[in-house]
Amino acid sequence: MSAAMLALEGVTKTFMAGTPNAVAALDRLDLALAAGDFVTVIGSNGAGKSTMLRAIVGLVEPEQGSIRLDGADITHEKVHRRAGAIGRIAQDPHESTCAVMSIEENLAMAAKRGQRRGLARAVTPALRERLRTELAAIGLGLEARLDARVGTLSGGQRQALALLMATLARPKLLLLDEHLASLDPKTAEAVMQLTDRLVREGALTTLMVTHNMHEAIRWGNRLVMMHAGRVVLDVAGADKAGLTVPGLVERFHEVSRETLSDDRVLLA
Amino acid sequence: MIQLQSILTSMAEQGLLFAFLGLGVLITFRFFRFPDLTAEGSYPLGGAVAASLLVVGVDPFAATAAAVAAGAGAGVATALIHTKLKINNIIAGIIVMTALYTVNLRVMGRANVSLLTAPSIYEDIVRWLNALGFGLRDGAMTTIAITAVLLVLVSIALAAFLRTDLGLAVRATGENETMIRSLGVDTDRTKMIGLAISNGAIALSGALVAQNHGFADIGMGIGILVTGAAAVLIGEAIFGDRSIARWIVAAIVGVLIYRLLVALALRVGMQPVDLKFVTAALLLAALAVPRLRVRLVGR
Ligand SMILES: Nc1ncnc2c1ncn2[C@@H]1O[C@H](COP(=O)(O)OP(=O)(O)O)[C@@H](O)[C@H]1O
Ligand SMILES: [Mg+2]
Repeated sequence: MSAAMLALEGVTKTFMAGTPNAVAALDRLDLALAAGDFVTVIGSNGAGKSTMLRAIVGLVEPEQGSIRLDGADITHEKVHRRAGAIGRIAQDPHESTCAVMSIEENLAMAAKRGQRRGLARAVTPALRERLRTELAAIGLGLEARLDARVGTLSGGQRQALALLMATLARPKLLLLDEHLASLDPKTAEAVMQLTDRLVREGALTTLMVTHNMHEAIRWGNRLVMMHAGRVVLDVAGADKAGLTVPGLVERFHEVSRETLSDDRVLLA
Repeated sequence: MIQLQSILTSMAEQGLLFAFLGLGVLITFRFFRFPDLTAEGSYPLGGAVAASLLVVGVDPFAATAAAVAAGAGAGVATALIHTKLKINNIIAGIIVMTALYTVNLRVMGRANVSLLTAPSIYEDIVRWLNALGFGLRDGAMTTIAITAVLLVLVSIALAAFLRTDLGLAVRATGENETMIRSLGVDTDRTKMIGLAISNGAIALSGALVAQNHGFADIGMGIGILVTGAAAVLIGEAIFGDRSIARWIVAAIVGVLIYRLLVALALRVGMQPVDLKFVTAALLLAALAVPRLRVRLVGR
Protein backbone atom coordinates (compact mmCIF):
# COMPACT_ATOMS: atom_id res chain seq x y z
CA MET A 1 0.00 0.00 0.00
CA SER A 2 1.32 3.43 -0.88
CA ALA A 3 1.81 5.94 1.92
CA ALA A 4 -1.47 7.68 2.76
CA MET A 5 -2.00 11.39 2.15
CA LEU A 6 -4.04 11.57 5.36
CA ALA A 7 -3.95 9.00 8.14
CA LEU A 8 -5.96 9.14 11.36
CA GLU A 9 -5.06 6.44 13.83
CA GLY A 10 -6.93 5.79 17.06
CA VAL A 11 -8.03 9.44 17.25
CA THR A 12 -10.07 10.03 20.41
CA LYS A 13 -11.74 13.20 21.65
CA THR A 14 -14.05 13.41 24.62
CA PHE A 15 -15.77 16.70 25.29
CA MET A 16 -16.41 17.62 28.91
CA ALA A 17 -14.38 14.61 29.98
CA GLY A 18 -14.80 13.66 33.62
CA THR A 19 -18.24 15.22 33.93
CA PRO A 20 -21.63 13.48 33.78
CA ASN A 21 -22.09 15.19 30.38
CA ALA A 22 -18.96 13.67 28.81
CA VAL A 23 -19.38 13.05 25.07
CA ALA A 24 -17.04 10.72 23.19
CA ALA A 25 -17.16 12.65 19.90
CA LEU A 26 -14.32 10.63 18.39
CA ASP A 27 -13.68 7.11 19.65
CA ARG A 28 -10.43 5.50 18.46
CA LEU A 29 -11.18 6.68 14.94
CA ASP A 30 -9.13 5.14 12.12
CA LEU A 31 -9.26 6.51 8.58
CA ALA A 32 -6.71 6.74 5.79
CA LEU A 33 -6.98 8.59 2.48
CA ALA A 34 -4.74 7.93 -0.50
CA ALA A 35 -3.58 10.91 -2.54
CA GLY A 36 -6.41 11.96 -4.85
CA ASP A 37 -9.15 10.21 -2.88
CA PHE A 38 -12.49 12.04 -2.91
CA VAL A 39 -14.32 10.62 0.09
CA THR A 40 -17.89 11.47 1.00
CA VAL A 41 -18.79 11.19 4.68
CA ILE A 42 -22.26 10.52 6.07
CA GLY A 43 -23.56 9.79 9.56
CA SER A 44 -26.28 10.89 11.94
CA ASN A 45 -26.15 14.18 13.84
CA GLY A 46 -23.52 13.96 16.54
CA ALA A 47 -21.65 11.11 14.84
CA GLY A 48 -18.43 13.13 15.09
CA LYS A 49 -18.04 14.24 11.47
CA SER A 50 -17.41 17.90 12.21
CA THR A 51 -15.17 17.06 15.15
CA MET A 52 -13.07 14.84 12.87
CA LEU A 53 -12.57 17.71 10.40
CA ARG A 54 -11.85 20.15 13.22
CA ALA A 55 -9.25 17.76 14.61
CA ILE A 56 -7.59 17.57 11.20
CA VAL A 57 -7.31 21.38 10.94
CA GLY A 58 -6.25 21.66 14.57
CA LEU A 59 -9.26 23.41 16.11
CA VAL A 60 -9.82 20.36 18.31
CA GLU A 61 -6.89 18.58 19.97
CA PRO A 62 -7.31 14.81 20.32
CA GLU A 63 -6.37 13.34 23.67
CA GLN A 64 -5.24 10.12 22.02
CA GLY A 65 -4.19 8.91 18.61
CA SER A 66 -2.30 10.53 15.76
CA ILE A 67 -3.04 12.49 12.62
CA ARG A 68 -0.50 12.39 9.78
CA LEU A 69 -0.68 14.53 6.67
CA ASP A 70 1.53 13.52 3.76
CA GLY A 71 3.82 11.69 6.15
CA ALA A 72 4.16 14.47 8.75
CA ASP A 73 2.67 14.11 12.23
CA ILE A 74 0.38 17.13 12.70
CA THR A 75 -1.60 15.87 15.71
CA HIS A 76 -0.51 18.68 18.01
CA GLU A 77 0.64 21.26 15.48
CA LYS A 78 -0.90 24.75 15.74
CA VAL A 79 -3.77 25.62 13.38
CA HIS A 80 -1.84 28.30 11.53
CA ARG A 81 1.19 26.09 11.02
CA ARG A 82 -0.69 23.34 9.21
CA ALA A 83 -3.03 25.74 7.38
CA GLY A 84 -0.89 25.92 4.27
CA ALA A 85 -1.72 22.33 3.43
CA ILE A 86 -5.41 22.25 4.31
CA GLY A 87 -8.35 24.10 2.76
CA ARG A 88 -11.64 23.86 4.62
CA ILE A 89 -15.22 25.06 4.51
CA ALA A 90 -16.72 24.96 7.99
CA GLN A 91 -20.23 23.80 8.77
CA ASP A 92 -21.05 27.31 10.02
CA PRO A 93 -21.28 29.27 6.75
CA HIS A 94 -19.98 32.43 8.40
CA GLU A 95 -16.76 30.80 9.57
CA SER A 96 -15.15 30.44 6.12
CA THR A 97 -15.33 34.01 4.82
CA CYS A 98 -14.98 37.48 6.30
CA ALA A 99 -18.31 39.26 5.82
CA VAL A 100 -17.14 42.85 6.33
CA MET A 101 -14.28 42.55 3.86
CA SER A 102 -14.56 42.60 0.09
CA ILE A 103 -14.53 39.62 -2.29
CA GLU A 104 -11.07 40.52 -3.54
CA GLU A 105 -9.72 41.04 -0.03
CA ASN A 106 -11.04 37.65 1.05
CA LEU A 107 -9.46 35.99 -1.97
CA ALA A 108 -6.20 37.88 -1.48
CA MET A 109 -6.01 36.51 2.06
CA ALA A 110 -6.70 33.01 0.75
CA ALA A 111 -4.11 33.34 -2.02
CA LYS A 112 -1.49 33.81 0.72
CA ARG A 113 -2.55 30.66 2.56
CA GLY A 114 0.32 29.38 4.67
CA GLN A 115 2.76 32.02 3.39
CA ARG A 116 4.53 34.81 5.22
CA ARG A 117 2.56 38.04 5.05
CA GLY A 118 4.50 41.25 4.77
CA LEU A 119 3.99 44.86 3.78
CA ALA A 120 3.35 44.26 0.10
CA ARG A 121 0.05 45.56 -1.24
CA ALA A 122 -2.46 42.71 -0.93
CA VAL A 123 -4.65 43.31 -3.99
CA THR A 124 -2.30 44.05 -6.89
CA PRO A 125 -3.51 44.55 -10.47
CA ALA A 126 -1.97 41.17 -11.36
CA LEU A 127 -3.83 39.39 -8.58
CA ARG A 128 -7.05 41.18 -9.52
CA GLU A 129 -6.69 39.89 -13.09
CA ARG A 130 -6.16 36.35 -11.85
CA LEU A 131 -9.16 36.59 -9.51
CA ARG A 132 -11.34 37.88 -12.35
CA THR A 133 -10.46 34.82 -14.40
CA GLU A 134 -11.05 32.41 -11.52
CA LEU A 135 -14.37 34.06 -10.61
CA ALA A 136 -15.54 34.18 -14.22
CA ALA A 137 -15.05 30.42 -14.41
CA ILE A 138 -17.55 29.98 -11.55
CA GLY A 139 -20.18 31.72 -13.65
CA LEU A 140 -21.94 33.66 -10.89
CA GLY A 141 -20.98 37.12 -12.12
CA LEU A 142 -18.78 37.77 -9.10
CA GLU A 143 -15.90 38.88 -11.33
CA ALA A 144 -17.76 42.16 -11.82
CA ARG A 145 -18.18 42.70 -8.09
CA LEU A 146 -14.64 42.30 -6.79
CA ASP A 147 -14.96 45.14 -4.31
CA ALA A 148 -18.39 44.14 -2.98
CA ARG A 149 -18.55 43.10 0.65
CA VAL A 150 -18.97 39.38 1.17
CA GLY A 151 -21.83 40.13 3.57
CA THR A 152 -23.89 41.33 0.59
CA LEU A 153 -23.63 37.99 -1.28
CA SER A 154 -26.31 35.33 -1.49
CA GLY A 155 -25.76 32.02 0.28
CA GLY A 156 -24.77 30.25 -2.94
CA GLN A 157 -22.36 33.00 -3.97
CA ARG A 158 -20.80 32.98 -0.54
CA GLN A 159 -20.27 29.20 -0.55
CA ALA A 160 -18.82 29.35 -4.07
CA LEU A 161 -16.44 32.03 -2.87
CA ALA A 162 -15.54 29.94 0.19
CA LEU A 163 -14.80 27.05 -2.14
CA LEU A 164 -12.53 29.17 -4.28
CA MET A 165 -10.80 30.45 -1.13
CA ALA A 166 -10.27 26.90 0.11
CA THR A 167 -8.74 25.73 -3.18
CA LEU A 168 -6.99 28.85 -4.52
CA ALA A 169 -3.58 28.04 -3.04
CA ARG A 170 -3.74 24.36 -4.03
CA PRO A 171 -3.80 22.72 -0.60
CA LYS A 172 -2.92 19.04 -0.17
CA LEU A 173 -6.23 18.37 1.50
CA LEU A 174 -9.72 19.82 1.07
CA LEU A 175 -12.26 19.47 3.90
CA LEU A 176 -15.92 20.29 3.24
CA ASP A 177 -18.42 20.22 6.10
CA GLU A 178 -21.99 20.17 4.77
CA HIS A 179 -21.11 23.10 2.54
CA LEU A 180 -24.35 22.76 0.54
CA ALA A 181 -26.63 22.48 3.57
CA SER A 182 -27.99 26.03 3.57
CA LEU A 183 -28.56 26.24 -0.21
CA ASP A 184 -31.70 25.64 -2.27
CA PRO A 185 -31.54 22.51 -4.49
CA LYS A 186 -30.68 24.36 -7.70
CA THR A 187 -27.89 26.40 -6.13
CA ALA A 188 -26.64 23.35 -4.26
CA GLU A 189 -26.33 21.48 -7.55
CA ALA A 190 -24.37 24.35 -9.13
CA VAL A 191 -22.01 24.67 -6.15
CA MET A 192 -21.55 20.88 -6.11
CA GLN A 193 -20.64 20.84 -9.80
CA LEU A 194 -18.12 23.56 -9.06
CA THR A 195 -16.78 21.53 -6.13
CA ASP A 196 -16.28 18.49 -8.33
CA ARG A 197 -14.53 20.52 -10.99
CA LEU A 198 -12.15 22.23 -8.54
CA VAL A 199 -11.35 18.91 -6.87
CA ARG A 200 -10.56 17.31 -10.22
CA GLU A 201 -8.55 20.24 -11.56
CA GLY A 202 -6.44 20.41 -8.41
CA ALA A 203 -6.34 16.61 -8.02
CA LEU A 204 -7.22 17.43 -4.38
CA THR A 205 -7.50 14.78 -1.71
CA THR A 206 -10.95 15.56 -0.36
CA LEU A 207 -13.22 14.75 2.58
CA MET A 208 -16.79 15.93 2.00
CA VAL A 209 -19.32 15.63 4.81
CA THR A 210 -22.92 15.65 3.63
CA HIS A 211 -26.30 14.81 5.11
CA ASN A 212 -27.62 13.98 1.65
CA MET A 213 -27.21 10.27 0.83
CA HIS A 214 -27.84 10.85 -2.89
CA GLU A 215 -24.92 13.27 -3.00
CA ALA A 216 -22.77 10.93 -0.95
CA ILE A 217 -23.33 8.11 -3.43
CA ARG A 218 -23.13 10.25 -6.54
CA TRP A 219 -19.89 12.10 -5.86
CA GLY A 220 -16.37 10.97 -5.07
CA ASN A 221 -14.69 7.59 -5.35
CA ARG A 222 -15.31 6.40 -1.81
CA LEU A 223 -18.02 6.64 0.85
CA VAL A 224 -17.56 6.49 4.60
CA MET A 225 -20.28 6.24 7.22
CA MET A 226 -19.54 7.43 10.76
CA HIS A 227 -21.37 6.54 13.92
CA ALA A 228 -20.55 7.32 17.54
CA GLY A 229 -17.12 8.66 16.68
CA ARG A 230 -15.97 5.77 14.48
CA VAL A 231 -16.06 4.70 10.85
CA VAL A 232 -18.68 1.97 10.54
CA LEU A 233 -18.82 1.61 6.77
CA ASP A 234 -16.18 2.24 4.12
CA VAL A 235 -17.07 1.54 0.51
CA ALA A 236 -14.98 2.33 -2.58
CA GLY A 237 -14.89 1.80 -6.33
CA ALA A 238 -17.41 -0.57 -7.91
CA ASP A 239 -19.04 -1.37 -4.55
CA LYS A 240 -19.73 2.32 -4.05
CA ALA A 241 -21.20 2.62 -7.52
CA GLY A 242 -23.63 -0.16 -6.55
CA LEU A 243 -24.88 1.61 -3.41
CA THR A 244 -28.50 2.73 -3.17
CA VAL A 245 -30.13 5.11 -0.72
CA PRO A 246 -32.45 2.41 0.73
CA GLY A 247 -29.44 0.11 1.05
CA LEU A 248 -27.50 2.80 2.93
CA VAL A 249 -30.45 3.59 5.18
CA GLU A 250 -30.81 -0.11 6.04
CA ARG A 251 -27.09 -0.38 6.75
CA PHE A 252 -27.37 2.71 8.92
CA HIS A 253 -30.20 1.21 10.98
CA GLU A 254 -28.25 -2.01 11.46
CA VAL A 255 -25.31 -0.01 12.77
CA SER A 256 -27.38 2.05 15.17
CA ARG A 257 -29.17 -1.08 16.44
CA GLU A 258 -25.82 -2.71 17.09
CA THR A 259 -24.59 0.19 19.15
CA LEU A 260 -27.95 0.42 20.87
CA SER A 261 -27.75 -3.22 21.95
CA ASP A 262 -24.15 -2.64 23.02
CA ASP A 263 -25.44 0.08 25.29
CA ARG A 264 -28.10 -2.23 26.67
CA VAL A 265 -25.42 -4.77 27.46
CA LEU A 266 -23.42 -2.09 29.20
CA LEU A 267 -26.39 -0.87 31.17
CA ALA A 268 -27.59 -4.34 32.17
CA MET B 1 -18.51 86.37 14.86
CA ILE B 2 -15.16 86.56 16.55
CA GLN B 3 -16.51 84.16 19.11
CA LEU B 4 -17.51 81.62 16.43
CA GLN B 5 -14.10 81.91 14.84
CA SER B 6 -12.34 81.30 18.12
CA ILE B 7 -14.57 78.27 18.80
CA LEU B 8 -13.74 76.83 15.39
CA THR B 9 -10.03 77.51 15.74
CA SER B 10 -9.92 75.87 19.13
CA MET B 11 -11.96 72.94 17.83
CA ALA B 12 -9.60 72.42 14.90
CA GLU B 13 -6.48 72.74 17.02
CA GLN B 14 -7.59 70.44 19.82
CA GLY B 15 -9.46 68.13 17.44
CA LEU B 16 -6.45 67.53 15.22
CA LEU B 17 -4.26 66.81 18.24
CA PHE B 18 -6.80 64.24 19.39
CA ALA B 19 -7.31 62.77 15.91
CA PHE B 20 -4.43 60.32 16.39
CA LEU B 21 -6.32 59.03 19.40
CA GLY B 22 -9.32 58.48 17.13
CA LEU B 23 -7.20 56.46 14.70
CA GLY B 24 -5.80 54.35 17.53
CA VAL B 25 -9.19 53.64 19.03
CA LEU B 26 -10.54 52.83 15.55
CA ILE B 27 -8.17 49.86 15.35
CA THR B 28 -9.12 48.27 18.66
CA PHE B 29 -12.74 49.36 18.96
CA ARG B 30 -13.75 48.74 15.35
CA PHE B 31 -11.36 46.17 13.91
CA PHE B 32 -10.68 44.17 17.07
CA ARG B 33 -14.14 44.81 18.48
CA PHE B 34 -13.19 45.44 22.07
CA PRO B 35 -12.71 48.57 24.18
CA ASP B 36 -8.98 48.60 24.83
CA LEU B 37 -8.49 50.33 28.17
CA THR B 38 -4.73 50.35 27.64
CA ALA B 39 -5.52 53.72 25.99
CA GLU B 40 -6.18 55.26 29.43
CA GLY B 41 -2.55 54.54 30.27
CA SER B 42 -0.82 54.87 26.92
CA TYR B 43 -2.19 58.37 26.28
CA PRO B 44 -0.67 59.86 29.45
CA LEU B 45 2.36 57.61 28.89
CA GLY B 46 2.94 59.43 25.59
CA GLY B 47 2.67 62.76 27.42
CA ALA B 48 4.88 61.62 30.30
CA VAL B 49 7.67 60.18 28.14
CA ALA B 50 7.75 63.19 25.82
CA ALA B 51 7.64 65.67 28.72
CA SER B 52 10.33 64.08 30.82
CA LEU B 53 12.66 63.79 27.82
CA LEU B 54 11.97 67.37 26.74
CA VAL B 55 12.75 68.86 30.16
CA VAL B 56 16.16 67.18 30.14
CA GLY B 57 16.88 68.66 26.72
CA VAL B 58 16.21 65.78 24.36
CA ASP B 59 15.36 66.78 20.80
CA PRO B 60 11.55 67.18 20.42
CA PHE B 61 11.39 64.76 17.48
CA ALA B 62 13.31 62.09 19.36
CA ALA B 63 11.16 62.69 22.46
CA THR B 64 7.96 62.34 20.42
CA ALA B 65 9.24 59.19 18.71
CA ALA B 66 10.16 57.73 22.10
CA ALA B 67 6.60 58.47 23.29
CA VAL B 68 5.17 56.58 20.32
CA ALA B 69 7.50 53.64 20.97
CA ALA B 70 6.49 53.57 24.63
CA GLY B 71 2.80 53.53 23.67
CA ALA B 72 3.42 50.70 21.22
CA GLY B 73 5.20 48.82 24.00
CA ALA B 74 2.14 49.22 26.23
CA GLY B 75 0.01 47.74 23.42
CA VAL B 76 2.41 44.82 23.10
CA ALA B 77 2.15 44.20 26.85
CA THR B 78 -1.65 44.04 26.66
CA ALA B 79 -1.47 41.73 23.64
CA LEU B 80 0.98 39.37 25.36
CA ILE B 81 -1.13 39.19 28.52
CA HIS B 82 -4.18 38.42 26.38
CA THR B 83 -2.64 35.89 23.98
CA LYS B 84 0.02 34.11 26.05
CA LEU B 85 -1.76 34.02 29.40
CA LYS B 86 -5.21 33.60 27.80
CA ILE B 87 -6.65 36.47 29.82
CA ASN B 88 -9.73 38.28 28.46
CA ASN B 89 -8.68 41.25 26.32
CA ILE B 90 -10.62 43.84 28.32
CA ILE B 91 -9.09 42.61 31.58
CA ALA B 92 -5.64 42.60 29.96
CA GLY B 93 -6.15 46.26 29.03
CA ILE B 94 -7.27 47.12 32.56
CA ILE B 95 -4.18 45.42 34.02
CA VAL B 96 -1.82 47.38 31.78
CA MET B 97 -3.76 50.63 32.32
CA THR B 98 -3.44 50.19 36.09
CA ALA B 99 0.26 49.37 35.92
CA LEU B 100 0.88 52.35 33.63
CA TYR B 101 -0.47 54.75 36.25
CA THR B 102 2.55 53.96 38.40
CA VAL B 103 4.86 53.84 35.39
CA ASN B 104 3.71 57.30 34.33
CA LEU B 105 4.28 58.73 37.82
CA ARG B 106 7.74 57.15 37.91
CA VAL B 107 8.58 58.47 34.45
CA MET B 108 7.57 62.01 35.37
CA GLY B 109 8.80 61.80 38.95
CA ARG B 110 5.71 63.74 40.05
CA ALA B 111 2.11 64.22 39.03
CA ASN B 112 2.68 67.12 36.67
CA VAL B 113 5.56 68.25 34.46
CA SER B 114 5.54 71.77 33.04
CA LEU B 115 6.93 72.29 29.54
CA LEU B 116 6.62 76.05 29.40
CA THR B 117 10.37 76.55 29.09
CA ALA B 118 11.07 73.36 27.09
CA PRO B 119 11.23 73.32 23.29
CA SER B 120 8.41 71.59 21.38
CA ILE B 121 8.12 69.85 18.05
CA TYR B 122 6.01 72.80 16.89
CA GLU B 123 8.57 75.45 17.79
CA ASP B 124 11.25 73.41 16.04
CA ILE B 125 9.25 73.05 12.83
CA VAL B 126 8.33 76.73 12.85
CA ARG B 127 12.01 77.65 13.31
CA TRP B 128 13.04 75.44 10.36
CA LEU B 129 10.33 76.72 8.09
CA ASN B 130 11.19 80.31 8.97
CA ALA B 131 14.83 79.58 8.23
CA LEU B 132 13.60 78.53 4.78
CA GLY B 133 11.91 81.88 4.38
CA PHE B 134 8.36 81.21 5.62
CA GLY B 135 7.24 83.95 7.95
CA LEU B 136 5.29 81.81 10.41
CA ARG B 137 4.26 82.72 13.91
CA ASP B 138 3.93 80.19 16.67
CA GLY B 139 0.15 80.29 17.07
CA ALA B 140 -2.99 78.20 16.80
CA MET B 141 -3.09 78.42 13.00
CA THR B 142 0.47 77.17 12.73
CA THR B 143 -0.27 74.30 15.11
CA ILE B 144 -3.31 73.42 13.03
CA ALA B 145 -1.33 73.39 9.80
CA ILE B 146 1.57 71.33 11.17
CA THR B 147 -0.71 68.83 12.92
CA ALA B 148 -2.88 68.49 9.83
CA VAL B 149 0.15 67.62 7.70
CA LEU B 150 1.34 65.08 10.26
CA LEU B 151 -2.18 63.64 10.48
CA VAL B 152 -2.44 63.26 6.71
CA LEU B 153 0.90 61.45 6.63
CA VAL B 154 -0.07 59.09 9.46
CA SER B 155 -3.50 58.46 7.90
CA ILE B 156 -2.00 57.61 4.51
CA ALA B 157 0.49 55.26 6.15
CA LEU B 158 -2.28 53.59 8.17
CA ALA B 159 -4.56 53.22 5.15
CA ALA B 160 -1.70 51.77 3.11
CA PHE B 161 -0.83 49.35 5.91
CA LEU B 162 -4.43 48.17 6.20
CA ARG B 163 -4.33 47.23 2.51
CA THR B 164 -1.15 45.13 2.74
CA ASP B 165 -1.12 41.36 3.21
CA LEU B 166 -0.27 41.87 6.86
CA GLY B 167 -2.86 44.65 7.23
CA LEU B 168 -5.62 42.43 5.83
CA ALA B 169 -4.62 39.73 8.31
CA VAL B 170 -4.77 42.25 11.18
CA ARG B 171 -8.27 43.37 10.13
CA ALA B 172 -9.52 39.82 9.69
CA THR B 173 -8.18 38.89 13.14
CA GLY B 174 -10.88 40.98 14.76
CA GLU B 175 -13.63 39.97 12.37
CA ASN B 176 -13.14 36.24 11.92
CA GLU B 177 -10.25 34.83 13.90
CA THR B 178 -10.95 31.19 13.07
CA MET B 179 -10.91 31.92 9.36
CA ILE B 180 -7.67 33.86 9.32
CA ARG B 181 -5.96 31.22 11.49
CA SER B 182 -7.16 28.59 9.04
CA LEU B 183 -5.41 30.60 6.33
CA GLY B 184 -2.11 30.32 8.16
CA VAL B 185 -1.96 33.49 10.24
CA ASP B 186 -0.58 33.49 13.78
CA THR B 187 -3.25 35.66 15.39
CA ASP B 188 -1.15 36.14 18.53
CA ARG B 189 1.18 38.12 16.29
CA THR B 190 -1.48 40.11 14.43
CA LYS B 191 -3.11 41.10 17.73
CA MET B 192 0.25 42.33 18.96
CA ILE B 193 0.81 44.36 15.79
CA GLY B 194 -2.68 45.89 15.92
CA LEU B 195 -2.43 46.84 19.59
CA ALA B 196 1.07 48.25 19.11
CA ILE B 197 -0.06 50.51 16.24
CA SER B 198 -3.19 51.54 18.13
CA ASN B 199 -1.42 52.50 21.34
CA GLY B 200 1.48 54.06 19.45
CA ALA B 201 -1.00 56.42 17.75
CA ILE B 202 -2.72 57.12 21.07
CA ALA B 203 0.61 57.93 22.74
CA LEU B 204 1.39 60.27 19.84
CA SER B 205 -1.77 62.20 20.69
CA GLY B 206 -0.65 62.34 24.32
CA ALA B 207 2.81 63.60 23.35
CA LEU B 208 1.44 66.29 21.01
CA VAL B 209 -1.21 67.46 23.45
CA ALA B 210 1.40 67.77 26.21
CA GLN B 211 3.61 69.89 23.94
CA ASN B 212 0.67 72.02 22.85
CA HIS B 213 -0.77 72.55 26.34
CA GLY B 214 2.66 73.05 27.89
CA PHE B 215 2.41 70.29 30.49
CA ALA B 216 1.92 66.57 31.04
CA ASP B 217 -0.37 65.47 33.83
CA ILE B 218 -0.96 62.09 35.43
CA GLY B 219 -4.72 62.59 35.10
CA MET B 220 -4.73 63.54 31.41
CA GLY B 221 -5.84 60.04 30.31
CA ILE B 222 -8.93 59.71 32.45
CA GLY B 223 -11.91 58.94 30.24
CA ILE B 224 -9.80 59.12 27.08
CA LEU B 225 -11.03 55.78 25.73
CA VAL B 226 -14.62 56.93 25.96
CA THR B 227 -13.64 60.12 24.15
CA GLY B 228 -12.02 58.09 21.37
CA ALA B 229 -14.91 55.67 21.14
CA ALA B 230 -17.44 58.50 21.04
CA ALA B 231 -15.46 60.12 18.22
CA VAL B 232 -15.26 56.89 16.23
CA LEU B 233 -18.97 56.28 16.63
CA ILE B 234 -19.95 59.86 15.78
CA GLY B 235 -17.84 59.60 12.62
CA GLU B 236 -19.38 56.29 11.69
CA ALA B 237 -22.89 57.58 12.25
CA ILE B 238 -22.13 60.22 9.61
CA PHE B 239 -19.95 58.34 7.12
CA GLY B 240 -21.10 54.76 7.52
CA ASP B 241 -18.42 52.07 7.72
CA ARG B 242 -17.84 51.17 4.11
CA SER B 243 -14.15 51.37 3.31
CA ILE B 244 -10.76 51.92 4.87
CA ALA B 245 -10.57 55.51 3.64
CA ARG B 246 -14.02 56.27 5.01
CA TRP B 247 -13.24 54.67 8.33
CA ILE B 248 -10.16 56.81 8.73
CA VAL B 249 -11.87 60.02 7.64
CA ALA B 250 -14.82 59.18 9.89
CA ALA B 251 -12.57 58.72 12.92
CA ILE B 252 -10.89 62.07 12.29
CA VAL B 253 -14.09 63.99 11.59
CA GLY B 254 -15.65 62.27 14.59
CA VAL B 255 -12.96 63.71 16.84
CA LEU B 256 -13.42 67.18 15.37
CA ILE B 257 -17.17 67.07 15.89
CA TYR B 258 -16.69 65.75 19.39
CA ARG B 259 -14.41 68.68 20.18
CA LEU B 260 -16.91 71.10 18.62
CA LEU B 261 -19.72 69.73 20.76
CA VAL B 262 -17.55 70.01 23.86
CA ALA B 263 -16.62 73.60 22.98
CA LEU B 264 -20.29 74.43 22.47
CA ALA B 265 -21.23 72.81 25.75
CA LEU B 266 -18.74 75.08 27.51
CA ARG B 267 -20.11 78.13 25.67
CA VAL B 268 -23.68 77.47 26.72
CA GLY B 269 -22.60 77.67 30.33
CA MET B 270 -21.50 74.18 31.29
CA GLN B 271 -18.50 73.94 33.57
CA PRO B 272 -15.37 71.84 32.94
CA VAL B 273 -16.59 69.52 35.72
CA ASP B 274 -19.62 68.72 33.54
CA LEU B 275 -17.52 67.56 30.59
CA LYS B 276 -17.32 63.88 31.46
CA PHE B 277 -21.09 63.81 31.69
CA VAL B 278 -21.29 65.47 28.28
CA THR B 279 -18.87 62.87 26.88
CA ALA B 280 -20.93 60.04 28.31
CA ALA B 281 -24.10 61.54 26.84
CA LEU B 282 -22.43 61.90 23.43
CA LEU B 283 -21.25 58.29 23.49
CA LEU B 284 -24.71 57.14 24.44
CA ALA B 285 -26.26 59.24 21.67
CA ALA B 286 -23.76 57.98 19.08
CA LEU B 287 -24.61 54.40 20.05
CA ALA B 288 -28.36 54.85 20.35
CA VAL B 289 -29.15 57.10 17.39
CA PRO B 290 -28.16 54.65 14.58
CA ARG B 291 -30.17 51.94 16.32
CA LEU B 292 -33.23 54.10 16.75
CA ARG B 293 -32.92 55.15 13.12
CA VAL B 294 -32.89 51.51 12.02
CA ARG B 295 -35.94 50.82 14.14
CA LEU B 296 -37.87 53.85 12.94
CA VAL B 297 -36.94 53.91 9.27
CA GLY B 298 -36.40 50.18 8.83
CA ARG B 299 -33.38 48.72 7.08
N1 LIG C 1 -17.18 22.09 21.48
C1 LIG C 1 -17.94 21.07 21.92
N2 LIG C 1 -18.25 20.98 23.21
C2 LIG C 1 -19.00 19.97 23.68
N3 LIG C 1 -19.51 18.99 22.92
C3 LIG C 1 -19.25 19.03 21.61
C4 LIG C 1 -18.46 20.08 21.04
N4 LIG C 1 -18.36 19.87 19.70
C5 LIG C 1 -19.05 18.75 19.45
N5 LIG C 1 -19.59 18.25 20.60
C6 LIG C 1 -20.38 17.02 20.72
O1 LIG C 1 -19.65 15.99 20.07
C7 LIG C 1 -20.52 15.16 19.35
C8 LIG C 1 -20.11 15.13 17.89
O2 LIG C 1 -20.38 16.40 17.33
P1 LIG C 1 -20.09 16.74 15.80
O3 LIG C 1 -18.71 16.35 15.48
O4 LIG C 1 -20.46 18.16 15.58
O5 LIG C 1 -21.12 15.79 15.05
P2 LIG C 1 -21.61 15.81 13.55
O6 LIG C 1 -20.84 16.82 12.80
O7 LIG C 1 -21.36 14.42 13.06
O8 LIG C 1 -23.08 16.10 13.59
C9 LIG C 1 -21.92 15.70 19.54
O9 LIG C 1 -22.52 14.97 20.58
C10 LIG C 1 -21.70 17.12 19.97
O10 LIG C 1 -22.72 17.57 20.80
MG1 LIG D 1 -21.43 18.53 11.82
